[in-house]
Amino acid sequence: MHAIDYEAPTTLAQAVSILKAHGENARPFCGGTDIIVQLRAGVRRTEHLVDVKKIKELQTLFFDAKQGLRLGAAVPCIEISESDVMRRYYPGLTEAAHLIGSLQIQNRASVGGNLCNGSPAADTTPALIALGARARVVGPNGEREVPVEAFVVSPGRTVLKPGELLVELLVPAPAPHSSDAYLRFIPRNEMDIAVVGVGASLTLDGDKVKAARIALGAVAATPILAAKAADAIIGKKLDDAALEAAGHAASDACSPIDDMRGTAEFRLHIAAVLTRRVLSIAAERAKKN
Amino acid sequence: MAASTTTGDFKVIGTRPIRPDGVDKVTGRAKFGADYAFPGMLHGKVLRSPHAHAIIKSIKIDKALKLPGVKAIVTSKDLPQAENKLEQSGELTVNPRHLSMNILAHDKVLYDGHAIAAVAATSPHIAEEALRLIEVEYEVLPPVMTVDAAMRPGAPILLKDLRNNEEGDKPTNVAQHFQFKRGDVAAGFKAADYVIEREFNTAMVHQGYIEPHNAVGIYNSDGQATIYCSTQGAFDVRSLSAHVLGMPVGKIKVVPAEIGGGFGGKTTIYLEPLSVLLSKKTGAPVKLVMSRSEVLRASGPTPGSKIKVKMGATSDGKLVAAEIWMAYEAGAFPGSPVAAGALCIIAPYTVENFQIDAYDVVVNRPKTNAYRAPGTTQAAFASETVIDELAEKCGIDPIDFRINNGVKEGSPQIMGPPFKRIGFIQTCEAIKNSPHYKSKLTGKFRGRGVASGFWFNAGMQSSAMVNIHTDGTASVVTGSPDIGGSRASMAMIAAEVLGMPMTDVRPITADTDSIGHTDVTAGSRVTFATGMAVYEAAKDAVRQLIERAAKVWEKKPDEVEFRDGMLHAKGNGVPPMSIKQLAPRFPRTGGPITGRASVNPRGVGPGFATTVVDVEVDPDTGKVQVLRCTIAQDAGKAIHPSYVEGQMQGGTAQGIGWALNEEYFYDDKGTLRNSSFLDYRIPTCLDLPMIETIIVEEANPGHPLGVRGVGEVSIVPPVAAVANAIYRAVGVRMTQTPMSPPRLLKAILKHRGAAQHSAAAD
Repeated sequence: MHAIDYEAPTTLAQAVSILKAHGENARPFCGGTDIIVQLRAGVRRTEHLVDVKKIKELQTLFFDAKQGLRLGAAVPCIEISESDVMRRYYPGLTEAAHLIGSLQIQNRASVGGNLCNGSPAADTTPALIALGARARVVGPNGEREVPVEAFVVSPGRTVLKPGELLVELLVPAPAPHSSDAYLRFIPRNEMDIAVVGVGASLTLDGDKVKAARIALGAVAATPILAAKAADAIIGKKLDDAALEAAGHAASDACSPIDDMRGTAEFRLHIAAVLTRRVLSIAAERAKKN
Repeated sequence: MAASTTTGDFKVIGTRPIRPDGVDKVTGRAKFGADYAFPGMLHGKVLRSPHAHAIIKSIKIDKALKLPGVKAIVTSKDLPQAENKLEQSGELTVNPRHLSMNILAHDKVLYDGHAIAAVAATSPHIAEEALRLIEVEYEVLPPVMTVDAAMRPGAPILLKDLRNNEEGDKPTNVAQHFQFKRGDVAAGFKAADYVIEREFNTAMVHQGYIEPHNAVGIYNSDGQATIYCSTQGAFDVRSLSAHVLGMPVGKIKVVPAEIGGGFGGKTTIYLEPLSVLLSKKTGAPVKLVMSRSEVLRASGPTPGSKIKVKMGATSDGKLVAAEIWMAYEAGAFPGSPVAAGALCIIAPYTVENFQIDAYDVVVNRPKTNAYRAPGTTQAAFASETVIDELAEKCGIDPIDFRINNGVKEGSPQIMGPPFKRIGFIQTCEAIKNSPHYKSKLTGKFRGRGVASGFWFNAGMQSSAMVNIHTDGTASVVTGSPDIGGSRASMAMIAAEVLGMPMTDVRPITADTDSIGHTDVTAGSRVTFATGMAVYEAAKDAVRQLIERAAKVWEKKPDEVEFRDGMLHAKGNGVPPMSIKQLAPRFPRTGGPITGRASVNPRGVGPGFATTVVDVEVDPDTGKVQVLRCTIAQDAGKAIHPSYVEGQMQGGTAQGIGWALNEEYFYDDKGTLRNSSFLDYRIPTCLDLPMIETIIVEEANPGHPLGVRGVGEVSIVPPVAAVANAIYRAVGVRMTQTPMSPPRLLKAILKHRGAAQHSAAAD
């Protein structure tokens, strides 16, 4: 590995100015659980690492029952899985954060970093998309908000332009009788990357589904929102037929590849299976809210 | 523990003391190969081929040499011409030319990761940057990735000089055809009521040792070289490096470091000659350490295979015929363990009529190396699945079927001579009587499978010294690197003979100049052969102790007895003397006492194991969870039962990994796509139950303590046992490894489709 410059600004303004000065040659990083591995393996190259962990806005986890959640981009996953508020209001996102790597990794890795790494298989990204989360980005030209489903543009690439930085994720407050869930399939029981990941959130109105969002990871070049899968259950009772239809629609939304983690054929099948399972879990949770 | 036939009133053997190397390991003080550092040491890195099969047109190193901090670069031009002949090295048959071609590619690269050049620089980072500046021009050739592709007429030829024993002067990828047969196979099948014929394919898998390969080489201006490395065989590193470097064996000293796992994979050389070559060019010590990716791409895994098994049984459950065809991926150079696989595939059973044809085939994959019972797990997956199916056809419990056909003392081995005392049937009975097998397995999509395995075990040469210290304690010096707790066993054997507590015996593994020749730690041979050397060396020390006591007492040696660690004068009232009391008198009775022994024992006792596995299959995803697993294995005599159990559990864990998820995943260009422990999936602790063990002790008559090797046979049954369990859980017979979720799900869906189809037809 070649020598790399390192800086750790403490304010957003400093961070933006450093990132702007180095342009394409700089990269913000947080826990480093992806980028350090990539640099060492030679799959990414950068000259300048900008550590954003010391910036206050990026370390904020704030929940308000009306405004929803503001999740700083550098909040470590372990803080999420240990938060009562997160477990109570966003159990799906919480379980996704708790699946990343091992406990040791979760002490360093963040949901924001997981998103910025741009992997199609990121666990927390489908969970965020399912919740309708938006990403707040600042840069040399001010700030903007991007829906999470539009944040990743291709494997390893995001909408972030040189000089830009993800500050926080804004997640709407959960509606009454709603909840979320996330499931992934891995061949082992630990230390794997999702072969398929499915996040879902839904709101019930009596025994019918009032609103729903379903998102999938590792089944296309980027994490995807499967709107038609949600349409298949909205306004319906969540019975076997509805689950089956949602599973089919989710599978139809996928464009997977064959690789060392699974075949395309397998991923299409598992997308449907996990969609059915994750919707059932979310619905059980929603009934209690 | 099951019934023991090993007699003897032992005080130390069979107990479970704390291992002598334990404290250093848990405190981080143990010095592994990568921990060595010397003043002025340089760091080396290896340039590796991105192509599976290509001609090297040119290598330009000028730019890399100009990078500040780069001290030397070596390519195959720096290697002497090694001889093209077959030579025995430990348990391996080695062709020095091929070995040299594997250390640094000569005119061709033969697999993704094949070493091309090595750089020494003042830091590992500079060495790595220098690799990017070496320019290699290739002519890319089509890769040959499977035995089918390699054996097809007109297949691209990997090694232009390769000829086999059957096809005259025709260039070929088939290095050798082995055939073993007995009886009349056609008549055997005619007598069979049931015949099962299946084709199996297994994926290439890696041993998965945690510590990557490493070497520090120091070449002195007097022509002497020293190599520090983590290896299973320091003497083998010495002789193999001597071949590649064109140096006399006596000019090389190899110091074996602490070793972080080997399982057969550290019985050959990769970096060692490079460290010496680079040290020779620079005059400085040079250290090389592989990355995990390099380990997976370029060290020696065990072959993938294609095996066709046809077996017949009579309706009362007697095996009457077997016809077997098997081809193994040797990797880039000949030398797969296919002959071992052929000799083991039906070894647990008496089959009067068989023919086994086995082919060693080169493909564009890394040169394979030993892995725990080399070649046998693949074979047992095939045969033990077919046997399970035959047992089912006959309506006989799969364990009873194995007992009915199982070999015992006097049964002919595959090569003809009868077995001496063995414990195969006992392992079957131990499983049959186990709480696990007697328990009822309930629940949907759950199944129980059993399988058995055989492994020869090895003998070979070992040396040992037992030094009695001036305070009457002792040290045991051997040349066997400790990969499975053998220092504990060696100290225990010496302590038993010397009548000392094990804590009074310090065991060490010496370098190649400090102990007599000792073959590699492999073939489950150390406790058997080195243990025998230690036993004899301790006896030699006792003989000398008796002589000294006789001198002190002014008696004849035959008037002195040694028992329970005390010297006794026969007949009169002289009080007995301990070794501690005698030790201060060594200087005046003849000097220090060192017991010595060098052995090449013949009485190897083969190993057998039987394993039962319970699994649960998720029928919607194809994912298998192992719920419970028990293994019974014949140890002859367990010197340290905890480490015998550790070997049984370790082999079982590796076997389960092999069964479910492990595989070398190459793309269509022959590039390895999963060269990390993220995507090369060995089991984690969450993927395995606590593996239950039953040690069977059927004493080996060829060893003074009854010992049989225990390190390997445990890996043989699990793949087949898992397959048989999956069959009982979901009704599909898996004939390919790994039985990974995509593959199993596909089989389940096909089976479900066929069932629905036949239901519709009804």
